[in-house]
Amino acid sequence: MNLGLGGLFWVVLQRDLMVAMRRWSDICNPVIFFVLVVALFPLALNPRAEFLRALAPGVLWIAALLAALLSLNQLFRADIEDGTMEQLLTLPYPLGLVILAKTLAHWLVTGLPVVVVAPMLAITYHLPADAIGILLLSLLIGTPTLSLLGSIGAALTAGLRQSGVLLALMVGPLMLPVLMLGARATDIALSGDDPTGPLYLLGALLALALSLAPPAAAMAIRISAD
Amino acid sequence: MWTWFFQLASPPHFYRMAASLVPWLLWPALLLILVGAWGGLVLAPADYQQGEGYRIIYVHVPSSYLSMMVYVTMAVAAGIGLIWRIKLAHAVAASCAPVGATFTAAALITGMLWGKPMWGTYWQWEPRLTSELILLFLYFGYMSLRSAFNDLNQSDRASAVLALAGVVNVPIIHFSVLWWAGLHQGPSISKIDAPSIAFAMLWPLLVMILGFTLFFLGILAMRVRGEVLEREFHSRWAQDVLRGVSRVEAA
Repeated sequence: MNLGLGGLFWVVLQRDLMVAMRRWSDICNPVIFFVLVVALFPLALNPRAEFLRALAPGVLWIAALLAALLSLNQLFRADIEDGTMEQLLTLPYPLGLVILAKTLAHWLVTGLPVVVVAPMLAITYHLPADAIGILLLSLLIGTPTLSLLGSIGAALTAGLRQSGVLLALMVGPLMLPVLMLGARATDIALSGDDPTGPLYLLGALLALALSLAPPAAAMAIRISAD
Repeated sequence: MWTWFFQLASPPHFYRMAASLVPWLLWPALLLILVGAWGGLVLAPADYQQGEGYRIIYVHVPSSYLSMMVYVTMAVAAGIGLIWRIKLAHAVAASCAPVGATFTAAALITGMLWGKPMWGTYWQWEPRLTSELILLFLYFGYMSLRSAFNDLNQSDRASAVLALAGVVNVPIIHFSVLWWAGLHQGPSISKIDAPSIAFAMLWPLLVMILGFTLFFLGILAMRVRGEVLEREFHSRWAQDVLRGVSRVEAA
C-alpha cells in the first residue's frame, strides 16, 4: 500500500481515534479531573461571586494544565508496550509526522473536551460572557501547545515503568509560558482591556511548538524504543 | 587539529589532562574571588540609595549569570553528544546539571536576602527571581529524568533531548515572565539593574564573574573526571587508575 504523507497522517489519526473510542475512560478521565480541580477552589476558598470571578482565569487554566499533564502518560505508552511503535518506526516516512498525528489525536480526545467543558465551568465562576469567549479562544490556541510540548516528555518517558510525577516535573516548567499567556489573556478580557496581544503570542507559541516539538518527540521516541 | 580533538574526547586522555588542568583553574579562581570580594566589600563605596545592602550583588550577579551559562553549556554539550555520539560530551552534560542547580539556588537565596532590605520582604514575584525559580525546576526535571533510566546510553540521549528542549524554552520563559511581571507592577523593579554603575563598583563585579566562571570550570573538570571514571569503571585504564590509587593509600 502506498500512502502519501497526508494519507499516512490521516491513517494514524483515524487509528488513534478509533483506539481511544474503544477505551472510553481514557477520554472521560481528564475531563472529570478538570471539573474536579475547578470544583475544589470554591470549596476550599470562598464561594463569593466577585472573589471567584477574579480567580476564574487562573483556576481554569491551572486545571487545564494539570489535566493535560495527567493525560500525557498514555500518549505513547500503549504503542510502545504492544509493539505498534516499532512498526511505525520502520515506516519509510518521517516519524515526526506520525508523532504529530498521534499528538493531534491525543489532543482531540483529551484536550478538546476540556476546552468544551471550560465555558460551563466558567459560568459557575460568574465569569462575564465576553471573558468566557476569550477563555475559550485562549484554551483553544493554548492546549494544543500543551499537548505538543507534552509529547516530547511523553516520548522521553514512554519506556519507563514509573513516569507520572517525573513527566509532570519535566514538562511542567516548559508549559509555564502558555499558562501565563492564556490566563493573562482571560484576565485582561475580564478587566475590559484588549487581549489580542497575549492571544497572538499564544498563537506564536503554537506555531513554534508545531514545527519543533514533533521532530524532538520523534528523536525521543527512537531513544525510548531502543 | 582533529587528532587533538579526538584525543581530547577519549576518556583516559581527558582524565589525565583534566587532572593537570584543575589547579590552573581553581587557584586563579580563588585569587580572583578574593580580590573581587576585597574590592567589592571593602574598596567599593556604599550605594547612596541602597547603602551597604547592595554588596550582595558580588555574589548574586555571578551566580545568576552562571546559572544561565551552565544551562547553555549543558545543552551544547548534550547536543554535541547527541549528534556526534561523543561519550565525553554526555559526561560533561551530566556533570553540569548539579553545579548549575547549585548556582541557581545560590542566585535565588542571595536574591531573597537582597530582597529583604530592598523590598521589605524575602520574596517578590519579580521577573528575575521568578525566572531563576523556573530555571531551578528545569534543572530538577533534567536531573530526575537522568536518574530515571537504568541504561546509561538511553539516559544520556533522553536527557540530551530534554536539555535541548529546555534551552529553546529558556528565552521564551524569560520573556514571558518579563511580560507577565510588567503587567503586574510598575517599572519600580528596575531598581535592581542600576542603569549605570560606577567603575569602583563595577570592576570587582567583573573580577568576581571571571573568578566564578573559572571556579565553575575547575569544579566541572573535577566532576567530569569522576563521571568518566565511574562510566568507564570496567575498562582497563579505569581499573589501572583505581588500583594505582589504592596502592598509594596502602603504602
